[in-house]
Amino acid sequence: MKRVVITGIGIYSCIGKNLDDVKNSLYNGQSGIGLDQKRKDNGYRSGLTGMLERPNLKKQLSRRQRIGMPEQAEYAYLATLEALLNARIDLDFLEKNNVGVLYGNDSSAAPVIEANDILREKMDTTLIGSGAIFKSMNSTVTMNLSTIFKLKGINFTISGACASGSHSIGMAYLLIKNGLQDQVICGGAQEVNMYAMGAFDAIGAFSVREMDPIGASRPFDRDRDGLVPSGGAATVILESLESAQKRGAKIYGEVIGYGFSSNGDHISKPDVRGPVRSLEMSLQQSGILANEVDYINAHATSTPLGDQNEARAIYQVFGSKPYVSSTKSMTGHECWMAGASEVVYSLLMMNDSFIAPNINLENPDEDSVKLNIPTKCTEAKIDTFLSNSFGFGGTNSSLVIRKFK
Amino acid sequence: MERTDVIKIVNDFLIDEFEAEIEGISFDANFHETLELDSLDYVDLVVLVEDSFKFKLNGEDFKSVVSFDDLYDLIHSKVNQVELV
Repeated sequence: MKRVVITGIGIYSCIGKNLDDVKNSLYNGQSGIGLDQKRKDNGYRSGLTGMLERPNLKKQLSRRQRIGMPEQAEYAYLATLEALLNARIDLDFLEKNNVGVLYGNDSSAAPVIEANDILREKMDTTLIGSGAIFKSMNSTVTMNLSTIFKLKGINFTISGACASGSHSIGMAYLLIKNGLQDQVICGGAQEVNMYAMGAFDAIGAFSVREMDPIGASRPFDRDRDGLVPSGGAATVILESLESAQKRGAKIYGEVIGYGFSSNGDHISKPDVRGPVRSLEMSLQQSGILANEVDYINAHATSTPLGDQNEARAIYQVFGSKPYVSSTKSMTGHECWMAGASEVVYSLLMMNDSFIAPNINLENPDEDSVKLNIPTKCTEAKIDTFLSNSFGFGGTNSSLVIRKFK
Repeated sequence: MERTDVIKIVNDFLIDEFEAEIEGISFDANFHETLELDSLDYVDLVVLVEDSFKFKLNGEDFKSVVSFDDLYDLIHSKVNQVELV
C-alpha cells in the first residue's frame, strides 16, 4: 500500500480568497457572515449567508471555457489554481501525467432555474444557449476543471450532501493508496445564490439571528438557533509519497485514515451511532489510538441536535483530551465544500501551530461542556487532526491527517 | 432597419459576447474562421440574433454564410421580412 500525502491546497471562501487571507481570518476569529437583502425580499425566512463576491475570469479563461461555468466552478477554478501553484504542478506536468479529479458538489440550482425561466418565456429550447447544460449538471465542477487543466486521470463528482468534499478526499486517498492513481485534485465547491438555498431555508434549518450576523453561527453554544449557509471552494491535491518525493514537493500533511458510515435512519435528523462508527473506522484505518489525535475539526453546524449528537460521539470515542472546534462559527456551513475547506483550515492550523477559536461559544450545553473547545485563538502543536463531515441521508465521513514524518 | 444599423448591432455583440477583435472584422473576412466558431457557438449566435432582432435563425441559415458580409446580408434580409410581416 502506498502512503498518501497532501502537496497542494487552495481556497476561495467567505473568510478569504487565498490561503494567507484565510489563515489571518482563522487566527483572528474573523467571521465571513452577512445578511443578503435579496433573500429577504424573495421570501426567505433567513437572509443570513456567507458573503463572497463572484470573480471575473475574463482575463484568465476563454469565452468557451467561461460560458459553461456556474459560480461554484469559478470558485473551484481559483482554488485549484492556487493549489496547483503551491504544489508546483504546471500544465506541462498535467499534460504528461494521468492526474485525476474528484470534487464534491451536490447542486447547481441557479443555472437550472435560469434555463427553465427562458424556456417558459420563449417556449424554445435553442434560446437557452449553449452554456446552460454544462452549468446545470451536478458534475459541472469536475467537467470544467478537467477540461481547463487538461486532466487525464479519474474524473467524476462526489455527491454526498454536506460530506461531499470530505468523501472526495477519502476516495482519492483510497485510489492512491491502492496504486490506481498517483495524483488526484480533490475538493469541494458550493454555490452561494438565492436559488441554491430556498428549499433548505424552507425546512427552518437556518439561524434567524439577523440582527447579529457575526454572532449567528454559534456551534456548541446553548443559544444557537440554526446554521448559516455559505460557500466557495477548496482544493486539496493528494499524491503518492513516491511521486511527491520524486518531484521534491512540499508536503502539507499525510492522510492516514478515512472512516465512513451511513446512519441508516432519518433523512435529516443526525444520530450518535453513525458518526461513532465513522470515527472508530477512521482510527482503525489510521492505526492510531484515540489519544493520539490532537485536534478535531468538528462538523458542528450550529443546529441544536446536530451539535449535541456530534459532541456525544466525540466524547464517546475521544473523551475530553483533544482540542475540538467548529470553524463554521466563522465561515457558516459551506455544505458541499465544507469537508474539503475544513481540511484546508486544519492544515493551515497544523502547519502554523494554532487552533482557531470556536467563536460565539458563550454558554456550552451539557454535552459540549465535556469537550475541550477553545473560544480564543490557542497556540498548540498539532501532530494529528481529524476532520468530521456529516450530511443529509445520514452520510458520515471522518478523515485523519498527520504531519509528515 | 438600415443595413448599417444591422452591421453595428452585429459587430457590437460579436465584440461583447464573442470577444472578437474589431480589427479582425471586415466584409470579406471569413466569419467562421475569424471567430474560430465551434458547433456550440452557433447556438449562442441564434440566441444573440433573437435577443437583438427578435427572429430566430436556424442551423441551415448559417450554411450560406462564409464572410461577415454574408452574415450582415442574411440578418438584414430576415429583419426586412419580419418588418414587412
